[in-house]
Amino acid sequence: MTTILKASDLGISFGGLKAVSGFNLTLETNDLVGLIGPNGAGKTTVFNLLTGVYQPTEGAIELEGHSIMGKTPHHLVKLGIARTFQNIRLFKEITVLDNVKIAFDHQMKTSLLSSMFRLPGFWKEEKSIETKAIELLKVFNLEKYRYYSAGNLPYGQQRKLEIARALATDPKVLLLDEPAAGMNHTETHELMDTIRFIRDRFNIAILLIEHDMQLVTGICEKITVLDYGKIIAHGLPQEVINNPNVIRVYLGDDD
Amino acid sequence: MEFIQQVINGLQLGSIYALVALGYTMVYGIIKLINFAHGEIIMVGAYIALTSVSFLVQMGLPIWLCVFVAVVFCAILGILTERIAYRPLRNSPRLTSLITAIGISFLLQNAFMLIYSPTPKPFPKMVTAAPITVGSLQISMSALLTIVISIVIMLVLQIFIQKNRLGKAMRAVSEDYGAAQLMGININHTISLTFAIGSGLAAVAAIFYCMSYPLVEYTMGTMLGLKAFVAAVLGGIGVIPGAMIGGLVLGIVESLTKAYISTQLADAVTFGVLIVVLIFRPAGIMGKNTKEKV
Amino acid sequence: MNDTKKAYILNTISVILLFILLHLMLTGGMFTRRWQSVVILLCINVILAVSLNLTTGVLGQIALGHAGFMSIGAYTAALITKKYMADFSATDQVPLGIYVIALIIGGLIAAFVGLIVGLPALRLRGDYLAIVTLGFAEIIRVIIEYLDFTGGAQGLRGINKMTNLYVIVAITLVVIFLMFTLGRSRQGRAIISIREDEIAAESSGINTIYYKTLAFVVSAFFAGIAGGIYAHSMGILTAKTFGFMKSVEILIFVVLGGSGSFTGSIVAAILLTVLPEVLREFADYRMLVYSILLVVMMIFKPSGIFGRYEFSLVNTPKDIKRYFAKRTQKKKGAVQDDNNTES
Repeated sequence: MTTILKASDLGISFGGLKAVSGFNLTLETNDLVGLIGPNGAGKTTVFNLLTGVYQPTEGAIELEGHSIMGKTPHHLVKLGIARTFQNIRLFKEITVLDNVKIAFDHQMKTSLLSSMFRLPGFWKEEKSIETKAIELLKVFNLEKYRYYSAGNLPYGQQRKLEIARALATDPKVLLLDEPAAGMNHTETHELMDTIRFIRDRFNIAILLIEHDMQLVTGICEKITVLDYGKIIAHGLPQEVINNPNVIRVYLGDDD
Repeated sequence: MEFIQQVINGLQLGSIYALVALGYTMVYGIIKLINFAHGEIIMVGAYIALTSVSFLVQMGLPIWLCVFVAVVFCAILGILTERIAYRPLRNSPRLTSLITAIGISFLLQNAFMLIYSPTPKPFPKMVTAAPITVGSLQISMSALLTIVISIVIMLVLQIFIQKNRLGKAMRAVSEDYGAAQLMGININHTISLTFAIGSGLAAVAAIFYCMSYPLVEYTMGTMLGLKAFVAAVLGGIGVIPGAMIGGLVLGIVESLTKAYISTQLADAVTFGVLIVVLIFRPAGIMGKNTKEKV
Repeated sequence: MNDTKKAYILNTISVILLFILLHLMLTGGMFTRRWQSVVILLCINVILAVSLNLTTGVLGQIALGHAGFMSIGAYTAALITKKYMADFSATDQVPLGIYVIALIIGGLIAAFVGLIVGLPALRLRGDYLAIVTLGFAEIIRVIIEYLDFTGGAQGLRGINKMTNLYVIVAITLVVIFLMFTLGRSRQGRAIISIREDEIAAESSGINTIYYKTLAFVVSAFFAGIAGGIYAHSMGILTAKTFGFMKSVEILIFVVLGGSGSFTGSIVAAILLTVLPEVLREFADYRMLVYSILLVVMMIFKPSGIFGRYEFSLVNTPKDIKRYFAKRTQKKKGAVQDDNNTES
């Protein structure tokens, strides 16, 4: 087990308001960690900090021992941090296949001139990327939709496509923001299986945000609970659900 | 003395920019549209004033009444363009409404070119009083009128927006469209009112402009409109006092450039100022910065 | 890849046919001088339209300064051939090699200016980018009028003409080819992804600033090429020609044709160049009709004539067949699943 992603004492404030503070997290290879908490607890803000969308005002983030502070989101993708979004963000008007191909871009080498003049290198690389992209779509049973516009896919398939696109970037860490949002019970269970499967198949660490405690405890090996931007509990699922602080946040005060 | 003279020229020009900039900024504030056709309203105002002058003379009325004819006409035109072209597009992408605005601008320009012919027409002298002399300084009556009346108009507008019920409704709509609607504000009326005020101000600006540059031409609105827009952005688009300050600053910069650097390069300096402002302070002098939510 | 090969063969054949047709028309005297200059203007407008489509349609950013880049290409190319002709040539004819080199250098300088404009401007969003590009184009125009070696406000005169239709049509076809290939490559996909969702593009590893600038610079390059062709077909340049109005005219080609569709840009540029020539009596009303057309189009079909559709010799016949098949099916009342359209 090696540490891949490490956030220490991370914090950010917006106009004096502390959205997240003192956030610590360690992800190791093959980890499947859940990040939970009530609405507005700062979960998505943590994702935005880890992916470089926001720059933290305090603390540090390291990827495989190197600081990744101040790097732009696309650079972090190159280094191995991929994500999905709470409100699915696909390239809606282009094909499912192209959605995935785009995520391979930073691994491609064809130059502008080679592309424009269709030099042999272009065809070679294009073919290999197409094969890889279709393989990835197969993992999610999406290959039959490859020529559909991404926006025309059913909701559940769109979620899957977004994960496939994130995986295409060849990540070491995958951040999933409410992957089960809007899904019914069966779909959710199917998705949870897929998540476990990709963790094992691609050998990556996964951090996932979920709202639903029961779902997260069913799949995550470790759970971090946020409330008002602060960690209020961290540990094994069983420990976390029995933690009085967590119970209070989720069920409200008894007295 | 030369310097002060140039500053006064700048203030005169700046007041005109400010009046036009108000129209841009109010419309942008309320429907987030860069109303490219706004510059053409100036041109329309000038032509209408010119036409009404000959009628007024025939009827033996004083020619300054042409201001009111132009203001009313432009206000109605402003309401109509919004009603016909922009309202159907209120929920479409910004590119669509921006291009529509450009289309309206072309439409007005070409329509007036066909009606009035492409040859520039002289505008009659409206102020005949002798310039005021203070020491070695000469202030023309038209400059004085332009600056003073503009400042009065802007103050009245500011009070209207802060105190009057309709003015408050305008602020509410630009703050939060949906919430304003829920509070029972008639959005359509408020937007129409905004267009009417903006266009009326442009008509006033047209007449001030013709007082110092007495030529009416179908292309006169384009550059003037663009510069007024620059003034609005400079001051912070969507912010009403910003438009006034932006206009005055731009007028002074332009007039000083013409006097001390080069007449030819004045326009380049104007747009240079715009670019520098947008890059270093995109929200303008008085605007607030906002961050996009992910 | 089978369809791809077929497409290349079909396209090559049609290009050859086009040139044979052009040759027959020229040698048969079917082209009057006037129509020859219309064809040149048409080629220039097509290049301008497809190049702006890259920024506005494919990248999704509104740029209002395309004429500025065109003017830089025009002046650069004209000054180069002028200098060459004055120093080395006794005849009036610009050698083809020099012409092409002059166009390319003109394009490169335009691209360089595009880079200088784009780097700061592309950080701004939406309307602001439109205004900054407009501002830059105005600055370029004012500076050209101010400088001496550009002929100042009087304009640059005595540019050697180059009006060989074969060459100009060939250049236009090459530009169209390059635009299509760029659109369907990793760079093209990356640029499209920015239009679709900038934040998602960035999180998929796309360097959005780089690709935005790339699209903008390539677009400026081809505008410069169009400028060079224009300079050598007119023989005289004035900076006023390249004002805001010209930029808007190019934008109208793109928007009416269907923002994002190269086919649309080409068709709109051709229509809007040829129609006014045919309806010459109505020349005064040209811009009036343009503007009404534009407003009506925006209100009723904002995606333009073609939307994002691209014509292709292989796929379009299939699409037409499918379209009619669907219509007859509908008439029969059969419910056809929309989604079995994969090849």
